[in-house]
Amino acid sequence: MELISALLVQMMQMLLVLAAAPLLTGFVRKVKARLLRRRGPPIVQPYRDIMRLLRKEVVVAENASWVFRVAPYVIFATTWVAAALVPTFATGLLFSWSADLIAIIALLASARFALALAGMDVGTAFGGIGSSREVMIASLAEPAMLLVVFTMALVARSTQLSAVAGIFATSDVGLRVSLGLALVGLIIVAIAENGRVPVDNPATHLELTMVHEAMVLEYSGRHLAMIELAAAVKLLLYLSLIGCIFLPWTLAGPDGLIASHVAGFVLYLAKLAVLGFLLAVFETAIAKMRVFRLPDFVGGALMLGLLGTLLLFVSRSL
Amino acid sequence: MTSVAFLLLCAAALLGTALLAVMSAHARSANSIVYGATLVICVAATTAAITALIGRGAPAGLVLPIGLPWIGAHFRIDALSAFFLAIVNVGGAAASLYGLGYGRHEDEPHRVLPFFPAFLAGMNLVVLAGDAFSYLLSWEFMSLASWALVIAHHHDPENRRAGFVYLIMASIGTLSLLLALGLLTGADGNYTFEAIRAGTRPPLTAAIVLVLVLIGAGSKAGLVPLHAWLPLAHPAAPSHVSALMSGVMTKVAVYGFIRIVFDLAGPLPWWSGALVLGIGGLSAVLGVLQALMQDDTKRLLAYSTIENIGIIFIGLGLALAFRANAMEAAAALAMTAALLHVLNHSLFKGLLFFGAGAVLVATGERNMDRLGGLIHRMPVTSFLFLVGCTAISALPPLNGFVSEWLTFQAILLSPDVPQWTLKVMVPAVGGLLALAAALAGATFVKMFGIAFLGRPRSNEAATAAEVDRFSLSAMALLALLCLITGIVPGFFIDAVAPITRLVTGGALPHQASQPWLTIVPAVASGSSYNGLLVFLFIASSAMLAVWTIHRFASHALRRGPPWDCGFPDPSPLTQYSGSSFAQPIRRVFLARTAAVHEEVVMPAPGDIRPARFSLVVSDPVWTWLYQPVAGAVEFAALHLNHLQFLTIRRYLSLVFFSLIALLSVLAIWS
Repeated sequence: MELISALLVQMMQMLLVLAAAPLLTGFVRKVKARLLRRRGPPIVQPYRDIMRLLRKEVVVAENASWVFRVAPYVIFATTWVAAALVPTFATGLLFSWSADLIAIIALLASARFALALAGMDVGTAFGGIGSSREVMIASLAEPAMLLVVFTMALVARSTQLSAVAGIFATSDVGLRVSLGLALVGLIIVAIAENGRVPVDNPATHLELTMVHEAMVLEYSGRHLAMIELAAAVKLLLYLSLIGCIFLPWTLAGPDGLIASHVAGFVLYLAKLAVLGFLLAVFETAIAKMRVFRLPDFVGGALMLGLLGTLLLFVSRSL
Repeated sequence: MTSVAFLLLCAAALLGTALLAVMSAHARSANSIVYGATLVICVAATTAAITALIGRGAPAGLVLPIGLPWIGAHFRIDALSAFFLAIVNVGGAAASLYGLGYGRHEDEPHRVLPFFPAFLAGMNLVVLAGDAFSYLLSWEFMSLASWALVIAHHHDPENRRAGFVYLIMASIGTLSLLLALGLLTGADGNYTFEAIRAGTRPPLTAAIVLVLVLIGAGSKAGLVPLHAWLPLAHPAAPSHVSALMSGVMTKVAVYGFIRIVFDLAGPLPWWSGALVLGIGGLSAVLGVLQALMQDDTKRLLAYSTIENIGIIFIGLGLALAFRANAMEAAAALAMTAALLHVLNHSLFKGLLFFGAGAVLVATGERNMDRLGGLIHRMPVTSFLFLVGCTAISALPPLNGFVSEWLTFQAILLSPDVPQWTLKVMVPAVGGLLALAAALAGATFVKMFGIAFLGRPRSNEAATAAEVDRFSLSAMALLALLCLITGIVPGFFIDAVAPITRLVTGGALPHQASQPWLTIVPAVASGSSYNGLLVFLFIASSAMLAVWTIHRFASHALRRGPPWDCGFPDPSPLTQYSGSSFAQPIRRVFLARTAAVHEEVVMPAPGDIRPARFSLVVSDPVWTWLYQPVAGAVEFAALHLNHLQFLTIRRYLSLVFFSLIALLSVLAIWS
């Protein structure tokens, strides 16, 4: 019985992630449009886009190989599995012990590996430019993320995300310099990894500075739907991650009642709305950076993560 | 028959195969006979080594009445040597299988066939040796056999240069090992490892031994800054030998380091850990950065070996630091991470070199910028090579991720060490390791993307054909092993537990008894990883997505010309090349350093000359270490030259005065 209820919570979280991700993307787009005094598309537009794409036939370039056709599913599956390991509204995930934060980062790295290869498969200049810039950004963002994870793991004495969230929620962690640095680092990494505004513009096409869109330029139909969905899930994953680590008090405990699960669920949606709103405001307020200014921006996250880890090596109480 | 005797017999059989190859190298079937024989012998030796490792028998020894008079040659097998013997012989078996097909394309088989079994025998003997003399003798034999293989294609002047540099570095390495083992044996001249282990020595001696072994074994393994020979020599050899040199011989050097520093030298101070850790971190990052800059497939792989050796030495350095502070559990974790990476790297690096060799056979090209689109012409090779790329980029659920995950877990246990130097160094090295992992991903996206994806950049690449079945099965074998070690790492961690008990005094909790074969690095850390479940999750969610979409949505597919924003260019030269792919990272990490020299010649307006861009990527270690040393040696040689033309009277007085000087040094010393 316990197993079944745990399995149920796990399944619900996985489906919730999938169902809520396009909504979050639509919400952020809507807020951005309103801030620019446009009406903007309805919040449910991303669902419509995905459904439309799923029904369309796929046009594949003549010389595309199986890598091109398999990559969207690999990207989607790894991102979804990574997202399923992040607690959304309850900590007691059934399979949380099967992979920790480091593995979540590595799963996202697998998705990026597949996407970068897919970008190079057709052999166009745009695909190459996207892939090479993506790996450049990742070469800074990924170590920054790992160092941020080190900071949190050193405080919680575990790299297991459920354990970290549980410890941050219950025990007296308090305000710490190192966690503050980690938060800023994590936000920068989240912006870079999701290709949000100062790093990449998710709304643009046909500009030389684009990264993500350049890689997926050749995709269409259901393949593009998978990639778009994976991108939405990834944004949701990062916001859930920030939410469950730095605002862990709303999570329902592993042996919680139905009521606490419901409360956790509602509060989770509220958290996502707040974070999504802040993201939209941030994106509206800032201009996109030149590509070669990015190392300073993402490198800043790397240094913050390093500093946070170093502080904890100096003293566990910092 | 004991396992030592059996493995010695295998080594003798390998030497016999070498002799046979000398006599019959020109025969038509020599290729099949030699590689067939080495394959059978290596499989037998692997079985024996694994039995010895898992059977956990007491260390067994054997003394042969050869070698130095009255001493004989000691051979010994314990858990540590059994583990490395298994790695040597798995690599040897895979390379022999590959050689059955690849060797047929050899122009001069008599330059390869005799030395290949001899090289394998040398590596087996180094790991089996139980005394200092036979250890050094086997080490030198291994070096010379591999040198002969490096200059097998000696018509190319670059290969001759590689052989020359390798010979010098190997001599320096052996000299340092000779001095290290000499210091360990002391004046009594008791050469056996048992006697060395039992002896005690002052801390200064132990420290000098550590530095000497770092030079001796580190130069063979490819640690920065002694790595310069490696990217020259490893690619110069035939590809299955490159795989052996990069995948296996560097591991024999790691064995030498562990054997001497952890097992024989006795307790070492904590700063030895800091030294090894720092060198490991530097090797990891500099190796992978250089790898990313290469356009030659095999040279890229050789630089990536330096990176992986760096990762192994990060684990070893952590283990030394933990052991010096009596933290057995943490030391065991770091050691397990290093040993598992030794195994993993030997598997995927072998696979990748085999793949590069297959491309070389199919196209005759090592330059990535003349490849492309091979995935259509060589589908099986491409798939297996992609498995290797995924594994080496430390992506789950393959094996490279497991060992890096364990190394990260070891780093997270280190805030408890009391020394401040270590407290500052370990997070920095953790950052370097994370950076190296991300850059490795970029490197192998580049390698696979440029060489196998896209459109062919040359006629050779456009007309390539799939390679023979032997080569493919060797690659498939290693790819399968990569997957197995990735999804059930617990069994392998349990297999190395006796080694960690031997050299660090601790061991990880028993892994095979964990639920769902999860790996748990330490009871206290509360972290766990399950490769099997991650693999199943990814596979099942991908299947679910495919099924749902194909069942309920569209499964129509149409082929059309590439879109490319409406301006597709038919010339394959408009694709990204290797160096243009690396350009952003080159600009971020290496701008304005000595490693990269970019030059843009932009003609004035109205001028009709084309603009030209040239890029030279060099290893700065040549200019700031090797050239000064070589210059000093040349200077000394020039100025000491006249000593060669003295009269006999002057020679005798020279001998006399040096004798007096040495005796007075001895008198003051004691």
